[in-house]
Amino acid sequence: MYESTVRHTNNNLDGSAVHTEGLGKRYGELWALRDLELDVPAGTVLGLLGHNGAGKTTTIRILTTLAEPTTGRASVAGLDVVSEAARVRAQIGLTGQYASVDNLLTARANLEMIGRLHHLPRATARVRAAELLERLELAGAAERLVKTFSGGMRRRLDLAASLISQPPVLFLDEPTTGLDPESRRELWELLSEFVSDGATLILTTQYLDEADRTADRIVVLDRGRIAAEGTPAELKARIGGERIEVALDSSQQVGAAREALAPFAAGPLASEATGVITPVRPGTRLIEVVRALEAAGVEATDVHRREPTLDDVFLTVTGGRRSQPESELQSMEAAA
Amino acid sequence: MTTTFAPHPMPLRQLRWQLQDSLVLARRNLAHVRQIPEKLIDVTVQPLMFVLLFAFVFGGVIHIPEGSYHAYLLAGIAVQTLAFGMMGPGTSISTDLGEGIVDRFRSLPMGRCAYLLGHLLAELTASVLAITVISLSGLLIGWRINTDPLHAAAGFGLLVLISLTMIWIGTMLGVLARTPDAVQGAVFVVVFPLTFVACAFVPLAGLPSGLRAVADYNPISAFAAAVRTLFGNPTAITHGAPWPLEHPVLASVLWCAALLLAAVPATLWAFRRRTTD
Repeated sequence: MYESTVRHTNNNLDGSAVHTEGLGKRYGELWALRDLELDVPAGTVLGLLGHNGAGKTTTIRILTTLAEPTTGRASVAGLDVVSEAARVRAQIGLTGQYASVDNLLTARANLEMIGRLHHLPRATARVRAAELLERLELAGAAERLVKTFSGGMRRRLDLAASLISQPPVLFLDEPTTGLDPESRRELWELLSEFVSDGATLILTTQYLDEADRTADRIVVLDRGRIAAEGTPAELKARIGGERIEVALDSSQQVGAAREALAPFAAGPLASEATGVITPVRPGTRLIEVVRALEAAGVEATDVHRREPTLDDVFLTVTGGRRSQPESELQSMEAAA
Repeated sequence: MTTTFAPHPMPLRQLRWQLQDSLVLARRNLAHVRQIPEKLIDVTVQPLMFVLLFAFVFGGVIHIPEGSYHAYLLAGIAVQTLAFGMMGPGTSISTDLGEGIVDRFRSLPMGRCAYLLGHLLAELTASVLAITVISLSGLLIGWRINTDPLHAAAGFGLLVLISLTMIWIGTMLGVLARTPDAVQGAVFVVVFPLTFVACAFVPLAGLPSGLRAVADYNPISAFAAAVRTLFGNPTAITHGAPWPLEHPVLASVLWCAALLLAAVPATLWAFRRRTTD
């Protein structure tokens, strides 16, 4: 482990923990992923942002050697994920979308087993398992069967299983799914500690604010392709800040509403069948917007202000088209 | 890139890891037995119950030409128990594949074979336990080994070989089936009739001619006859029986070899297919 850490920090010429070129994956007729170009410097956090079926899980599965790419190549810790798959596995930890722990073993037995399968000496596996159980607040449930665990406990145990080998590169596929806010906060605390120790983290999420809070860089995936990428600040600058959403009675008022909103807009407005969404300049007061709408004779059924979401990213980068989750692709990924 | 810096692991070291991984996973499967006591019952209480039931219910009705039914019965129970042994690996592998755990194992630096090997080792342990229970319960009802130690050892060796064959078939079913229930159903529907249309529990002489033809060439018949031959128990096979029953030991070994030659590559192929995308 020590040897490998040294190797990827000192000898790796480009200092990339993850590097991909033209990476693509086809399931039958569908391209789940196309032409993915990634470069993740060691010791940083990459957030893969996208809806279901955008290609996030496919990317994670290829990088963790669970799926073979159809096109292109990828390396993790300087090792090729196809030709050196076995050695890649020694460098990574993976927490998949579905908790992959053994229901018929205790929490402790699960962790010790995974540690042993990472070829840790028995004593080391035991000590680390105990530490992680403590850290993830599972110590009280250490001797309980995992099948009696709640969803959140299962997730935390799954995460502990990925950390037991102290991997230089950690992959988390929608790690906060099914966690309550408190558990989320604790999870991020733990992960930031993990990253400050020099490890690299690649995580997927459907939530913009989550990627914003945790990632050094964000890659937005849409239908298997990169739709946008950059630091959270760059992306936010691009998509603007808060949104104001106006709901209307009829589609005939959309034009008038757009006109009334234009002075407040900090970016392109998006029209819907009976509504308009616009990013607004900081400091915009809701009451002014309502007055402007009223003055223009627009009969709004609802006006509200909210934080930008993933949908807004797509509305901005695709020029008004909402990304539709591809349910077909989603089921392909689930089946895989 | 940087790949030349780390030395490749020595093949011998790899073999050691492979073996250690298999043992870790075998321990996992044995730990499951604590949570699913039915698995233990299948290889202890059930064969004991079968030995006693058959011995005392059919013992007075079925007559074996050159000996007692009790001495005849034992090999039949042993072969039936081992044949149903395909249920264990079948259901547990099918359960694993239906959950995320196999993905977890696949993302670890261990050989893919270690996973299957771990199941195999755990199931073989269970089979050895079953063979022990059956032998001891046999001694209770008057079954004895009437041959020299070499033949006796060959008899136990053959039981282990039969068990190994059945476990591989079960593993194959586990990898192919969609759900554990499907495995359970398939094993029951195939193995139950096979063990009854055979000389496992009754001599073949009493069977109607249509069933007799099936029983003559049923591998279960060859297995039971071979174990009886090696332990020196009555076989109730008359002269002029078909080849597999005239040479049951050779026939059994050939059956096992043929079944393994089909099941092992099929399992590895299907497992690779099911765990690759």
